[in-house]
Amino acid sequence: MTLNERLLLSGDEAVALAAFDCNVALGAGYPGTPSTEILEYFAHLGGHAEWSPNEKVAFEVALGAAFGSARALTTMKHVGLNVAADPLFTAAYSGVNGALIVVSADDPGMASSQNEQDNRRYAEAAGLPMLEPSDSQEAYDFFALAVEISEKWRIPVLFRMTTRVCHSKTIVRRREERMPAPTPAFDHDRRARVMVPANARPAHQRLRKKLAEMAAWNDDHGPNKVVASGPELGIITSGISFMHTREAAPQASFLKIGMTYPLPMEMIRRFAASVERCMVIEEGDPVLATAIRAAGIAVESKAEMYRFGELDVTRVRRILRRDESPEAAPLPGKPPQLCPGCPHRRVFEVLRDQDCIVAGDIGCYTLGVLPPFEAMDTCVCMGASIGVGLGLRHVLPEEQARRVVSVIGDSTFVHSGLTGLAEMVYNPPSTGHVVMILDNSTTAMTGLQEHPGTGRTLLGETAPKMSFEQVAQAMGVQQVHVLHGGSTVEDLEDLLAQARRSNDLTLIIARNPCLLSAKRDARRGKEEKA
Amino acid sequence: MKQPVINIKIAGLGGQGVIRASDILAEAAFRAGADVKKSELHGMSQRGGSVSSDVRFGDKVLSPMIPGGETDYLLVLSPDQVENNLPALKPGGVLIRPETVAESALRNKKSLNVALLGALSACLPIPEEVWLETIRQSFPEALYADNEQAFRLGREQGAKQYAH
Ligand SMILES: Cc1ncc(C[n+]2csc(CCOP(=O)(O)OP(=O)(O)O)c2C)c(N)n1
Repeated sequence: MTLNERLLLSGDEAVALAAFDCNVALGAGYPGTPSTEILEYFAHLGGHAEWSPNEKVAFEVALGAAFGSARALTTMKHVGLNVAADPLFTAAYSGVNGALIVVSADDPGMASSQNEQDNRRYAEAAGLPMLEPSDSQEAYDFFALAVEISEKWRIPVLFRMTTRVCHSKTIVRRREERMPAPTPAFDHDRRARVMVPANARPAHQRLRKKLAEMAAWNDDHGPNKVVASGPELGIITSGISFMHTREAAPQASFLKIGMTYPLPMEMIRRFAASVERCMVIEEGDPVLATAIRAAGIAVESKAEMYRFGELDVTRVRRILRRDESPEAAPLPGKPPQLCPGCPHRRVFEVLRDQDCIVAGDIGCYTLGVLPPFEAMDTCVCMGASIGVGLGLRHVLPEEQARRVVSVIGDSTFVHSGLTGLAEMVYNPPSTGHVVMILDNSTTAMTGLQEHPGTGRTLLGETAPKMSFEQVAQAMGVQQVHVLHGGSTVEDLEDLLAQARRSNDLTLIIARNPCLLSAKRDARRGKEEKA
Repeated sequence: MKQPVINIKIAGLGGQGVIRASDILAEAAFRAGADVKKSELHGMSQRGGSVSSDVRFGDKVLSPMIPGGETDYLLVLSPDQVENNLPALKPGGVLIRPETVAESALRNKKSLNVALLGALSACLPIPEEVWLETIRQSFPEALYADNEQAFRLGREQGAKQYAH
C-alpha cells in the first residue's frame, strides 16, 4: 500500500489508516461491534494498539498520551462511551496538549447491540466538537481534520460513526504525505490538568469560549458542503443519511453537515432561507431538527416512526412523501445461535434444568436466552449480571432467592465484573450468592479478541494472565471452584445445587475454550509453519 | 466503465463465506474501474444465523445499501435462505440459486461461494482475468486451485443458465 493510492476500504479500516497516516502514537479501546476492526487494522498497519479492560480505562490511557503531547485514539461502540463518560466530561474541561480522537460507533437498528442510543447527544452534553463521516473517504479525511481541530483548540474530538459507515466498503484516496509526528513531552500545567473546583471553574469558562470559536470556524471553514440544485426542496442532513437521501431525492438541494457540533448555524440559516421547503433528514433521534428549530429556523422533520431503526433509501423516500403507513416487516431470517459444541451450551442446560433465575450478561452466551435453553432472565449492560443478581437475592423470598445465579463471560468479567464481586463480598445477601464465569478464554461475541484474562495482547503476543480464581479469593469470595473441560455435566450440576443450598458466596468458573478460537489458533499455527 | 448502478445481494448462513464472496465481488468491480460500495452487518448475526451483503457498482454509487426490491442479481448460498431474501429482487431480476453448481462437482465444497460468483460473473461486465486475479489474492496459495476450479465451473454454468 502506498501513499496517494486508491483503495477499497471499510470505514473502520479508513479510520485506522488515517490514524496511521496522522502518526497517532497510541490507540486504546475495548472491542464492540461495529468499531472493533479499527484497532485491529491499526495494529496490522504497525500502529501501537491495545485492548484495555474496558472503555473507561482505554479513554484514560489515550487521555494520558494526549496530555503528553502525543496524538491518541480511543475506540469503542456507542454504549462504550457510557462507560467512558466520566473521564470524557472532565477531559472536555482539562483539554489536551496533543490530540485525542474519541471514536464511538452507533448502531441504529441494533444489528448487534442492546440499545440504539444516539451518541450525538454526548457532544452537546459534554461540550465537545463532533465530526460525522458518511463514507470511508470522509472517515479518512475527517480523521485528519479531527486531529487538526484537537491540536488547534487543545480539546478531545468526538468522531461519530454508525454501523453502515463502519462496515461499508467504499473507495478511499490516501493522502500524499503522512502528517509529521509531534514529539511527546510533559509540561506541568497543573491549573489546566488538575480538576479541583478552583481550576475546573475557569476551565469550564475556557471550554465555552472554545466552543463559541469552533462554531464560528465551522460556519466559515467547517467540513460542510452545499449541493445546490432546484429551490423547491432543500435537505439538511449528515452521516450516512446523506447518501440515502441523495439517492432518494436527486433533484433536491443539500446542506450536508460534517461537523455536527457545534453546528454551523449561520450556514444552516442561509441554506434554509434559500429554499422553499426545508427538511431535516437524520437517523435516530431528532437532534439536528431540535437544535435548528431552537435557533429559530423553521424546518420540517421526519415522523416519529422513523426514529426507530436504520434509514435506507426506501425509508427516506417514505419520509419525503410523508408516508406514515405501517412498513412491511422484513421476512425473518434464521436467528443466530450458540455454535454446535459450544461449551456455553451445557452450562445453560444445567441452569434450565435447575430452574434457575439467571441474571445474565452480554456476550455470545446471551444466546442462552433462546430455545432450547431459555435460561437467561435479565440482560442490561456489561457487568450488570452480578449487581442485578445481588439485588434480586436481597429482596426475593428465600425459595426464589436461592434460585438466583449471576452468569458472566470472561471478557465481561474483566470489563466490569470485578466491582460486582467487591459488592457481593461487602454486602452479601443472607442466602449468599452464586456467580458463574463462563470462561471461554476470548471475547467471542465481537470476533475473538484478547483481554487481560487470556494471557495474550491484541497482537497475540504473550502477556501476564489474570487469574480469576486468585482475584476472587483475594477479594474474599468464600467458595471458588474451577470446572475444566475434563469435568462432567454432573460435576456442574452437583456443584451448582450445593452452592445454591448453602449461604456462602460462591464463584464457579466454567473454563472451556471457545471452538472458534481453537480453530483460529490451529489455522494460525499452520500458517506460521508454512 | 460507463454504466448505471448494478445491485447484487449475496445471502446465506454464517460460516458459508457470504462476506468473503462479497469482498471478492467488490474488489473485482473496483479493479475493473467502477465506483463500488458494499455493505453488510457483522457481529451477532454471524453465529450461524442469516447473513447477507449488498454490493453496488457503476459510475457513481450513493447509498451502500440496495433500496428495497431493486436487486438485479440475488445470489443465495443456502436453499433455506432463498425465500426470505426473494422480496429484495426486482421484477425481472436474476436469482442465482445454490443448486446452480452441484456440490459433488466441486473439488472443495467450501468453494460454493466462489462457484456461485463464477455463475454471476457470466452476467457482469468484469473481465475474467480481473476475477481470477482477485480470487488469487483472496485465498492462501494452497486454496487457489480449488477456487479457480469452482469459479470456472460456475462461470460455465452461469453462461448457459443466466447470461443473456
Ligand atoms: C460497554 C460495552 N462495550 C462493549 C460491548 C460489546 N460486547 C458485547 S459482549 C462483549 C464481550 C463478550 O465477551 P465475553 O464476556 O468473554 O463472552 P463471549 O462472547 O466470549 O461468550 C462485548 C465486547 C458492549 N455491549 N458494551
